[in-house]
Amino acid sequence: MSLAIRADGLCKRYFIGQDRPADTLAELVSSWMRAPLGWFGGQRRRWRQRRAVHALQDFSFEVNAGEVLGIIGANGAGKSTLLKILARITEPTAGRAEIHGRVGSLLEVGTGFHPELTGRENVFLNGSILGMGRQEILRNFDEIVAFAEVEPFIDTPVKFYSSGMHVRLAFAVAAHLEPEILLVDEVLAVGDASFQRKCMGKLGEVAGEQRTVLFVSHNMPAVVNLCDRALCIHGGRLVDEGAPADVVARYLSSVSRRHAESSIAATDLRSGTGEVRFSSIETVDGSGAGASTFASGSRFEVRFTLDLCTAPHVVGLDVGFTIRDPDGRALFICRSDLQQGYSNTVRAGEVLRCVVDALPLYPGAYFLTVCVRRNEEVADLLERVLEIEVVPGDFYGSGRLSTSTGAQLLVAHTWSRLP
Amino acid sequence: MMRDPCAVTVVEPTSGRRALRLDDVWRHRELIYFFVWRDMKVRYKQTLLGATWAVLQPLLMMVVFTVFFGRVWSGEAIQVPYPLFAYAGLLPWTFFALGLTQSSQSVVGSAAMLRKVYFPRLVIPIAAVLSGAVDFLVAFPLVLGLMVYHRVPPSPNLVFAPLFLLLALAVTLAAGTWLAALNVQYRDVRYVAPFFVQAWIFVTPVIYPSATVVERLEHHGIPGWVYGLNPMAAVVEGFRWSLFGAQAPLLPILLPSVLVGGALLVSGCLYFRTTERRFADVV
Repeated sequence: MSLAIRADGLCKRYFIGQDRPADTLAELVSSWMRAPLGWFGGQRRRWRQRRAVHALQDFSFEVNAGEVLGIIGANGAGKSTLLKILARITEPTAGRAEIHGRVGSLLEVGTGFHPELTGRENVFLNGSILGMGRQEILRNFDEIVAFAEVEPFIDTPVKFYSSGMHVRLAFAVAAHLEPEILLVDEVLAVGDASFQRKCMGKLGEVAGEQRTVLFVSHNMPAVVNLCDRALCIHGGRLVDEGAPADVVARYLSSVSRRHAESSIAATDLRSGTGEVRFSSIETVDGSGAGASTFASGSRFEVRFTLDLCTAPHVVGLDVGFTIRDPDGRALFICRSDLQQGYSNTVRAGEVLRCVVDALPLYPGAYFLTVCVRRNEEVADLLERVLEIEVVPGDFYGSGRLSTSTGAQLLVAHTWSRLP
Repeated sequence: MMRDPCAVTVVEPTSGRRALRLDDVWRHRELIYFFVWRDMKVRYKQTLLGATWAVLQPLLMMVVFTVFFGRVWSGEAIQVPYPLFAYAGLLPWTFFALGLTQSSQSVVGSAAMLRKVYFPRLVIPIAAVLSGAVDFLVAFPLVLGLMVYHRVPPSPNLVFAPLFLLLALAVTLAAGTWLAALNVQYRDVRYVAPFFVQAWIFVTPVIYPSATVVERLEHHGIPGWVYGLNPMAAVVEGFRWSLFGAQAPLLPILLPSVLVGGALLVSGCLYFRTTERRFADVV
């Protein structure tokens, strides 16, 4: 299998902040006049103190010809920057990439569309901007218009098109690019459901034609369905790589874990004496991975880490959480001091856990309020700090759940007949 | 997009190398055509006068100059009626002025495209200057009409006219690429450009014959060719020479103009290519 792309240690650094050299000639000239020699010193000092942001750091990977590679990651992780570098729109600060074959980049639909020109004219303009030759566009013209379903309007200025028509035409042009390597960046995020289905279909076709595709998306099912392999980017670095289903699953669980951790800092419903505080709260599913979605009747675990404020251990602590429904009604409470024999001494760095073997909640959204008390006095109370979603599951072992609404708690019970 | 499926592109920081890579620009020549075509269509679709504006601009300026300066230079000094003299100078000048102002903000104006798709950025100012060439072609027949009206026979030097037009193209492109690249970093260049153009017309022999200035210079002991350091001097004077025949003194100013124009063009393209790699980040 031949190599389509090889990237080696790609880095991209941006400088941010106000301390840039003059933005206008007027500023430049006036700074010269203010301190002709001092300008050099002052500028240089400010230049050295600029804040740098590393959009990509030491990024290396390989793509084989004909492979469809999915690239996922949080917003701002560096996915679009990677595509821009491979598309030669921006230069890497360091590192190198080798690209074998023609590259077509689909970073946006409708690049270069001019509202005053007709659909027909824009097809030629946009096609040329994307790199198609005039003959190529002519050859594919009828197909493009048919795909976009705008035949009757093709000679009307594009400024009169609805946004749906606009997007369809733009995508139709881009979809008929015939490069060996295609870079696609979340362009399928626009448009209505039927259009997105069409785009997915077309992308699937392209993938089937043995073209190399780099597909950046937040649409996880699409990534799993279309891609042969996936990469995960975080903070500009490559953090995961492998089969799409695995990479996606690991990415989603890390998201919910990060979500749980950041929730503590974000919550403003916090009260208590503060002598002991929660430093992390995590909900964990049956497989041991962090999750925020649980099935009714499945194993539900909450893990707590406490910050003991430099004490090596603290006595008299009890930890607990309340499950509340979206209206704030408390449904049930789990507390460590209710368990016979559970020690109320906590050591620094210990992770406490509470396991509910069969989550007795009806499908829906619920909130956790967590609380730690020292000698019955509230040390840290975080209200609605985490949200969990409960999906239908097999609580009763019969494969059935009641469909009547209103009841939120599931209670284990048995039915029998009196002899 | 590259044409050769077997080609290998290497993407890496190019801080050391400043090669012009004109072959890349040549490969994208169809894009230049489409940009010029787009500018033409858009310009003419939006206006009532449309194509006639291309003629009206030099024509109206010719009228103004004739009214104010028609008496100052006439007869012996310029050898043709003043309106014809002025219009013939205004033709290449308007091409230059339009090309310059349009290309100076062309790159910033295409910011959205620059951030989303790759093509050699030099295409943008080239297309901006070439769309001025179309306007020139529309306005050109009027000068022939004026020559017929004033019964001035065309000179055999007409064969050289395309060369001077080529020089005009080079000079406009030179100034255009410099300003387009500078404008990305320093946004007030866009306001400097029109002022620049307005001032420059007085240093160029559009309103007056170059002989006037050359004589004045030599009177003060400065060699006449110094006037040729303004590359547009040879363009305008040469264009008129190719239309009407011998006007003194073309030769002394021709060489400096060509040299300065060439130097500006090469340096402009190099500067543009050097700063081009930061465009997508800065614009």
